[in-house]
Amino acid sequence: MAYVAIADRDHAPHDPQTFVTKYIWSQDHKVIAIQYAVTAIAIGLVALGLSVLMRLQLGFPHVFSLIAPNNYLQFITMHGMIMVIYLLTALFLGGFGNYLIPLMCGARDMVFPYMNMLSYWVYLLAVLVLAATFFVPGGPTGAGWTLYPPQAVLPGTPGASWGIVLMLVSLAIFIVAFTMGGLNYVTTVLQARCRGMTFLRLPLSVWGILMATILGLLAFPALLVSAVMMTLDSLLGTSFFLPAVVSMGNPPTHNGGSPLLFQHLFWFFGHPEVYIVALPAFGIVSDLLSTHARRHIFGYRMMVWALLAIGCLSFVVWAHHMYVSGMNPYFGFFFATTTLIIAVPTAIKVYNWVLTLWRGDIHFSVPMLFAIGFIFTFINGGLTGLFLGNVTVDVPLSATYFVVAHFHMVMGVSPILVVFGAIYHWYPKITGRMLNETLGRIHFWLTFLGTYAIYLPMHYLGILGVPRRYYAFAGTDFIPPSAHWANVGITVAALFVAAVQLVFLFNLAWSLSHGKPAGSNPWRSTTLEWQTPDTPPKHGNWGAQLPVVYRWAYDYSVPGAKEDFIPQNVPPEPGEPSVAPMGAEGAHGTTS
Amino acid sequence: MSVSFAFVAVLVGLVVWGLLIRRLTTRPWETRGAPPEDPGHAGTVTVPPAKVGLWILLAVITSLFSLFISAYYMRMGHAHGDWSPVALPRVLWLNTAMLILSSGGMQAALAAVRREQIDRVRIGLIAGGLFALVFLVGQLWAWRQLNETGYFLSSPAAAFFYLLTAVHGVHLLGGLFVWSRTLVRAVPAGIAAIAVRSSVELCTVYWHYLLLVWLVLFAVLLSTSA
Repeated sequence: MAYVAIADRDHAPHDPQTFVTKYIWSQDHKVIAIQYAVTAIAIGLVALGLSVLMRLQLGFPHVFSLIAPNNYLQFITMHGMIMVIYLLTALFLGGFGNYLIPLMCGARDMVFPYMNMLSYWVYLLAVLVLAATFFVPGGPTGAGWTLYPPQAVLPGTPGASWGIVLMLVSLAIFIVAFTMGGLNYVTTVLQARCRGMTFLRLPLSVWGILMATILGLLAFPALLVSAVMMTLDSLLGTSFFLPAVVSMGNPPTHNGGSPLLFQHLFWFFGHPEVYIVALPAFGIVSDLLSTHARRHIFGYRMMVWALLAIGCLSFVVWAHHMYVSGMNPYFGFFFATTTLIIAVPTAIKVYNWVLTLWRGDIHFSVPMLFAIGFIFTFINGGLTGLFLGNVTVDVPLSATYFVVAHFHMVMGVSPILVVFGAIYHWYPKITGRMLNETLGRIHFWLTFLGTYAIYLPMHYLGILGVPRRYYAFAGTDFIPPSAHWANVGITVAALFVAAVQLVFLFNLAWSLSHGKPAGSNPWRSTTLEWQTPDTPPKHGNWGAQLPVVYRWAYDYSVPGAKEDFIPQNVPPEPGEPSVAPMGAEGAHGTTS
Repeated sequence: MSVSFAFVAVLVGLVVWGLLIRRLTTRPWETRGAPPEDPGHAGTVTVPPAKVGLWILLAVITSLFSLFISAYYMRMGHAHGDWSPVALPRVLWLNTAMLILSSGGMQAALAAVRREQIDRVRIGLIAGGLFALVFLVGQLWAWRQLNETGYFLSSPAAAFFYLLTAVHGVHLLGGLFVWSRTLVRAVPAGIAAIAVRSSVELCTVYWHYLLLVWLVLFAVLLSTSA
């Protein structure tokens, strides 16, 4: 057998020696996590800038001459694609997944460190190819983030020649990067847990990231299939998706292709993608709530089963994005049913979060504020989802701002609040210093209230029937002046919220050198990543000996215990009932 | 889409029932303590991570091919009079035989590596790789024949033929890359079979898997050909 199970070690044979191997071509999961996170946030800021430009146009039409109609479409497309895939997916899985999985499982690193490194560099290549589309002839594609054919590749759509092809290539590269990372995350959770770390002793963060990764591994191939076939349609003249279209008076160059097929493939990826972003957020927020309410997570086992159920159901709801696509209407009723069923495990999670707070010793720390903000926002976004999941309600609302408001609440603002909460929570472990609390509170309240100022009025616009994706509105009698004023208000709020993020960025940079020293476990948390011998953890994470886990991740406020938390690696007290768990085998640290 | 659907359902069912159900019904808040420290102890996970990684990769590739096959059937179903089935080149039968021989070579290498006969490992590996290369050349030959008989990319059925065989071929090329690295390690005189055992095992699993994928693809293409 070509591998050796090394649990403990006296020396560090593969420790990086030079600056380059330590920080650039690094195989350390913590460095790779930071590389992933910094890259994702950098390209995310570009997407934030694009949304500011869009809002300027919508709030003050015709004032900014530099935003032409085709630019506006390009901004929409790039904003959506970057935020969903290159920021949120990469940040939650490449960033938090990389950082937390080995530490929370009690492993020295990912099981395939070299492939992990490769995953980051391939991801960076995908980001660079994506960014390059801003500089090619015709600019980036303006097809909308869903890239529907035939318009995505027909002349008349911005970026129909270079932009769309580079976008598809970039997505394909991203999928390769994700697959390399994803294989690592899943295998590490399955194989490299330390002794005593059973599946049901894993913190919910790991569960959320694990399920999201499995969804990604099975769903991203659908995007790859559609990207490959559309590239061929666009470059080699095949007719997978492109029907016979007379374009700009020219005779059809394609025949018989099926745009609907693309939509099926795209959403077979696209809906699980929502949960690829949401499940890590669900997991992380569970841990934040439990830690900062000093109370065990309510219904832990139910939370795990709910994650599994949501993961499975997310593969059978995709066509609720296609009610207006012209597919068979009976299909719609099937998908409306599954969509409403998925609300059940999701609601279980929400109840359990709230019940975790019930009678907890709630500390309104900054991570806790963001976690509670997430619950509010997620409920808001989820409830409008119940409207849109029904065919008859969705059809009139589908092309309006109601949908924009819904998905920004549920998969934009909600996960971003968790990202912020998680950064405030784990920054002390990553850097050894606390983020400034006052700045954090300012950041939270202005961001939280600001996003409501942006998205609540959008529901109103949607019910009025204001169509989304439009560059400007003229001669439309059904849109009253109040809608225009709402747009001005939304734009002002959006500019404000965007500016507030500078406070956060400043806090990140300033606290790196000026923050209060954190110590090893500032939040008095039970999970393994806070029990490392060094903060920030060194290469190999655990010094000479791997930790041993004796209890689940949520021993907070245990009656009779000396402190209000007992870390997972603390053996049972003499008075405590000590029962070895069933199936308690970890993998004994098989990173060799 | 229903093919991928069935695949995902089966996979999820297997994972939930086979792997998790026993572990996910315990009550973690009631149990404290850790199992004794003994890495060789029964119950310890002793499957090498590389093997687990490979099986997960195979699941991902299966998802990819199921989606391609779903797309194939859906495109056929959505076609508005532009679908004309392809007459498959006969050389595909020969290619299939080559790929079976290739898998046989890898299987022989695997059997030899278990008996620690490094000479036979080399022979098996070389046979497996060469037959795979012959298969790929044969596939290119099939492309040429198809092209000469007038099936171009503009015909959707032919485009799917080129696409599916190309995707399968690319996966085989990836396998040949790992195969070449294994071969380089197995060639030096005096090398022990144990040194390449894991690589040979992984390659063999991958080879058999790609043979299976090809047989499914071939069956799908045959059943829908002219």
